[in-house]
Amino acid sequence: MATRLPAVDAVLIGFGWTGAIMAQELTEAGLNVLALERGEWRDTPTDFAPTFAQDELRYYWRHELFQRLNHDTLTIRNKASETALPMRRLGSFLLGSGVGGAGVHWNGQVWRFLPSDLKARSHNLERYGKKAVPDDMTIQDYGVSYEDLEPYYDKFEYLCGVSGKAGNLKGVIQAGGDPFEGPRAREYPNPPLDMPYAPTLFGQAAAGLGRHPFPHPAANMSRPYTNPLGVQLGACTYCGFCEKYACGNYSKASAQTTILPVLMRKKNFTLKTNSEVVKINLSADGKTATGVTYIDDKGQEFEQPAELVVLSAYILHNVRLLLLSGIGKPYDPATGEGVVGRNYAYQITSSVNVFFDDKILNPFVGAGALGTIVNDFNGDNFDHSGLGFIGGGYVGLLQTGARPIETHNTPDGVPKWGAAWKAALARDYLKTTTISTHGAVMSHRGNYLDLDPTYKDALGRPLLRMTFDFTDNEHKMSDYLTDRAAEIGRAMGGREIKVNYRKGSWDVVPYQTTHNTGGAIMGDDPRTSFTNRYLQSWDVPNLFVLGATAFPQNAGYNPTGTVAALAYHAADAIKTRYLKAPHQSLVQA
Amino acid sequence: MSTFELDRRALLGIGAAACAVPLTAAAAQFTGAGMAWQPNTAAWPTAVDLRAGYMFFTPDEAAFIEAACARIVPADATGPGAVEAGVPLFLDRQLAGDYGKGARWYMQGPFGKSTGTQGYQSRHPPAGLYRAAIRAIGDHLGRNGGQPFHKLSAADQDAFLKDLEAGKADLGGDVDAKAYFTLLLQNVMEGYFADPLYGGNRGLAAWKMIGFSGARYDQRAYVLAYGKPYPLPPVGIGGRPAWSAKG
Repeated sequence: MATRLPAVDAVLIGFGWTGAIMAQELTEAGLNVLALERGEWRDTPTDFAPTFAQDELRYYWRHELFQRLNHDTLTIRNKASETALPMRRLGSFLLGSGVGGAGVHWNGQVWRFLPSDLKARSHNLERYGKKAVPDDMTIQDYGVSYEDLEPYYDKFEYLCGVSGKAGNLKGVIQAGGDPFEGPRAREYPNPPLDMPYAPTLFGQAAAGLGRHPFPHPAANMSRPYTNPLGVQLGACTYCGFCEKYACGNYSKASAQTTILPVLMRKKNFTLKTNSEVVKINLSADGKTATGVTYIDDKGQEFEQPAELVVLSAYILHNVRLLLLSGIGKPYDPATGEGVVGRNYAYQITSSVNVFFDDKILNPFVGAGALGTIVNDFNGDNFDHSGLGFIGGGYVGLLQTGARPIETHNTPDGVPKWGAAWKAALARDYLKTTTISTHGAVMSHRGNYLDLDPTYKDALGRPLLRMTFDFTDNEHKMSDYLTDRAAEIGRAMGGREIKVNYRKGSWDVVPYQTTHNTGGAIMGDDPRTSFTNRYLQSWDVPNLFVLGATAFPQNAGYNPTGTVAALAYHAADAIKTRYLKAPHQSLVQA
Repeated sequence: MSTFELDRRALLGIGAAACAVPLTAAAAQFTGAGMAWQPNTAAWPTAVDLRAGYMFFTPDEAAFIEAACARIVPADATGPGAVEAGVPLFLDRQLAGDYGKGARWYMQGPFGKSTGTQGYQSRHPPAGLYRAAIRAIGDHLGRNGGQPFHKLSAADQDAFLKDLEAGKADLGGDVDAKAYFTLLLQNVMEGYFADPLYGGNRGLAAWKMIGFSGARYDQRAYVLAYGKPYPLPPVGIGGRPAWSAKG
């Protein structure tokens, strides 16, 4: 039997970025808040000290920073006619685990979506007509505008101490920044990081082709910084172990380095670690969440009543817990009806290697979001007429640290092993760099999440099943972006380039991005969205679902900035409106 | 309405597993405590002890592994080979430990055949796959009247490895030749380029060969040094050979 615990005002399920943001906001409003995290307590300078954090084998290849798949994973297939098999080891995306979640091993790439990204359906229909959005492309508007989110993007950027250069201040284009971005109220809190040789060469080549290069906005500190909560971060030392690793130097923003030193001191906040929520409990009429049931690592089961339930785990866990709890109508791809599992999306990436003979680039000097970007081909920043696709992505040269197990770029025709491989790698390692493209994935009727009928986790619960493939729209878009990247690569003046298109079906093996989205999306119609614009469940008004779970489709930017902005937007609505009339919907359907 | 029932035996299993993990990994409750720091809880890496020789590989398996390593990364004027860098012992210790058991992988059945995009689907964790594959390779070569792999000429060894890589060698049973070669190649590269703590990359030789700086803390002085060679030799988490009196 579960032990019934005293009720709390709010319970949070999962304690990464969104959990920490919501906990900070709700405790400020005076609520008694409990966060349940299934992983371990992690404190960055202790657990990832700069004396041993630069360990490629341990943290990346042996997955010590990531979710243990022996506990739970998901099953995968490209289309519904195939039998899904379990993702037995990590590859295409790197799920987090423990306090701080995947925000401990992220790069620190902080973007805002374009104003048009947030109304992808209406914008594309208006500009390109009905044929631009085929029937099986199930894209929707977010239900919030860029103007709605601007103050919350700003709040997150200042929380994190983002290093960057504004390109649009209150509608006035700024030299050196991104001229395509939406207007921002003020400059970034910190100046850009120092730019190494390779991204500088990329910027020069891109500018020569008429593109608009600018420094990537980075939650890696270009100088010491004190954030609005009074938490201090230190200058980044460009050690090159940021992307896919943890920073013990207080130089990369994470929940631990921006919020927790304040939150963890509060008497009205409690964190329980190694406590896994297995179910959200509902009242008999199914219209109220009464709390959650969780188990600790000794197998003890607890029932935790709460007035407000916030689902703040990673998107795949959020969707699975809704399905396991029987909340919301599961999506059925045959009829297109149902909302839980609907509009799963991802991103599509490709790259171009540039090989020099005469330029030492020292690619191991790096930081997670250090690089030069062009957004000329992102979103709807360019005319798509006649191209046969919508959406786009950024093209950039990021120097994140060329860890030597992972970074074996060799020219076309070189084998993957043996004397010829070895000679090419030894010749080229210091003189090779890589341009990457980071493209949007639209939502499609056949891409969705549900529960697997066969495979179970360590607790005997069904695994989540992912049915996903890139469609024609994504391949055309990615090929177009890759060709634009190759143009810049050639203009950089190296000995040769190698173009790595993303061909064929989505493959779980090679790392691509940990930018999974959708499955319980936001919108303005309960028939096609799980939450309203405040991430509040239509069916269960005291349940809020945070994270990229809410994205109706993905954009060509890293998601964390928008994930955080949506969490702050929801928190503000809870504080200013919901708490005055609890259990009521903030939007009338 | 409950849509599933927790597996009670699985819950007990979680409790048993928890006994083996350190203090900070146990369920804990924090209220108003600040950042909950405790002394001596840092999770230092553990250097492998190589003195005992092979712990996982049998002599026959070691003969195959040493020969395959010597072809995947041969010793030549460019730099040391995988054997000289210690990769066979690296592989041995990896396979003898949690990695070999697939401790963090999902290894529950049923086992199906991958469509080609579903990744690793062998019923064997890495250690079991090595064992089964090396046996199957020996049988395969023997069936065709040939010598064991380690007695073939270098050219014949390369040709056979290329057949494995391309999935052309039919090893029979439940061993997918291509899946095994993919794993072997990945593990050899891991050993060759990982920190020397784990037994490979002996003397930091692989990092010296390509010019990687190593486990550095502060590289700020080199960000804007465009085109200039990095002036320092590589360093590992445990330092570098010159720091030790024994070299």
